[in-house]
Amino acid sequence: MNKLLNWVDERFPLSSLWNDHMGQYYAPKNFNFWYFFGSLALLVLVIQIVSGIFLTMHYKPDGATAFASVEYIMRDVPYGWLIRYMHSTGASAFFIVVYLHMFRGLMYGSYKQPRELIWLFGMFIYLALMAEAFMGYLLPWGQMSFWGAQVIISLFGAIPWIGDALTLWIRGDYVISDATLNRFFALHVIALPFVLVGLIVAHIIALHEVGSNNPDGVEIKKNKDENGIPKDGIPFHPYYSVKDIVGVIVFLMFFVSVMFFAPEMGGYFLEHANFVPADALKTPEHIAPVWYFTPFYAILRAVPDKLLGVIAMFASIAVLFVLPWIDRCKVKSIRYRAAIYKVNLAAFVVSFLVLGYLGMLPTTPGRTLVAQIASIVYFGFFAVLWYTSKNEQTKPVPERVTK
Amino acid sequence: MTTDTVDTGKRRTLTLATSAVAAVGAGFVAVPFVSSWAPSERAKTAGAPVEVDISKLDEGRLLTVEWRGKPVWVVKRSNKTLEDLKTLDDSLRDSASENDQQPEYAKNASRSRKPEILVLVGICTHLGCSPTFRPDLAAADLGADWKGGFFCPCHGSKFDLAGRVYQGVPAPLNLEVPPHYYVSDNVILIGEDGSAA
Repeated sequence: MNKLLNWVDERFPLSSLWNDHMGQYYAPKNFNFWYFFGSLALLVLVIQIVSGIFLTMHYKPDGATAFASVEYIMRDVPYGWLIRYMHSTGASAFFIVVYLHMFRGLMYGSYKQPRELIWLFGMFIYLALMAEAFMGYLLPWGQMSFWGAQVIISLFGAIPWIGDALTLWIRGDYVISDATLNRFFALHVIALPFVLVGLIVAHIIALHEVGSNNPDGVEIKKNKDENGIPKDGIPFHPYYSVKDIVGVIVFLMFFVSVMFFAPEMGGYFLEHANFVPADALKTPEHIAPVWYFTPFYAILRAVPDKLLGVIAMFASIAVLFVLPWIDRCKVKSIRYRAAIYKVNLAAFVVSFLVLGYLGMLPTTPGRTLVAQIASIVYFGFFAVLWYTSKNEQTKPVPERVTK
Repeated sequence: MTTDTVDTGKRRTLTLATSAVAAVGAGFVAVPFVSSWAPSERAKTAGAPVEVDISKLDEGRLLTVEWRGKPVWVVKRSNKTLEDLKTLDDSLRDSASENDQQPEYAKNASRSRKPEILVLVGICTHLGCSPTFRPDLAAADLGADWKGGFFCPCHGSKFDLAGRVYQGVPAPLNLEVPPHYYVSDNVILIGEDGSAA
């Protein structure tokens, strides 16, 4: 066995790769449950890739047959229903896990110097994931697939001068059609997964270069023993690889419960209108994107001007990219930051949830007003952060990680 | 003659020149890929004009035909409706059709070639949903002063019976009047302006 390993190691850096990323990657010993969501995101990615590959074996990316082929998968393909529900539940699970993962970053300042690039790669992953989910949602070719895509592609029409030509180019036709479906299929199953995996590799390489943050926001590399090993670090494998199994089991309990017993999740994971085939001449009564897009959709609708609404929506995502430079506080973890940050972050989370809820509902003047207030709170988080973070009254940060 | 010193300036110039040539090449290679996303010849053919026979269209009714995959509405309006349109100017964004949402021949009070016949693309100018036809006067959900028109269920945009957008709704523009002309008294060709425009 050892001889074989040596033979490989002389030709491929197998042992050193393993050691760099698993066996001798020293992670802080004080990780709490918030640190499960990174590895869970990786798990969901694997679920999506595997179930997705098997779905493509039965699915037809063709405007005339796509809807029927999904029904065929659901009814006639052995275990097809399971594979499809695995994929559709996985899509929502991906966003739940990623949102919690991002919130963890916000709480413990994981986006701060020296981890800005990890955050940026992460944001690009999030963007790619949104594109991936959006294009995947067109494929069942139901009413919501069709009209949801119509609304989102129209957003690009708001761009001055080139808008109309751009939307025509994206669709490849004067309306969403077979051409659009076919290219979205190609992007969904080949192009974007490649981009996603590439970005995830970059995200992890950057993380393992700098080292993981932790709930105390203490740099464990500042305190090393005589062998150069951080005193507060433990090897990722076996400590965290085993600990993550606990997270995986709890996650899978939720995941399979939804997959088996509530795969439509009352219309939130699979919208009811999507069980009707796409019809270009009839808009459903109420169009709402899937839940993971609704906060941004609510911001779009809150602005009573098309171009400004689109700008506000894109800005709400773009502003997250520059978060590491907006937050000028040197203290990373929320544990040692001033009350203002805690209040600010709580308001941000509430506004995000309120926007997400409103984005699913039809508009009324009252709801629009609430959405406008929530949008202001959303952007207000960044404004307040910019002004308060520089001279924030922080508590003393310990030298070493705490329990 | 050789020297030990490396001419880094020359090296940088050559690297830049090579990169520039490669970038131009990459640009040319991108052309077929980017172009392949434009509407295909088949899609363009399918976008050909359509003929509508309106001889059986009753007053106050709406007829939907498909043109370029979009719903096109033909509505026959009553004289009362045409009178009502004039009373709405103050509550509309673009009552005089200043924005380029109609051919020249439809830039008038009724936004049509023949006053009573309205031809519109049934796609909301906000985000491309298809509004619903609501000719009912003073509809309960649209207010007592509702004179009939179109209501978009997606984001609540409202349009009058000339496709003009109301103020205070998300849609920025009036509904589009597609190019069309009368082949004969009761036949409209949608998709072309016709020679006598």
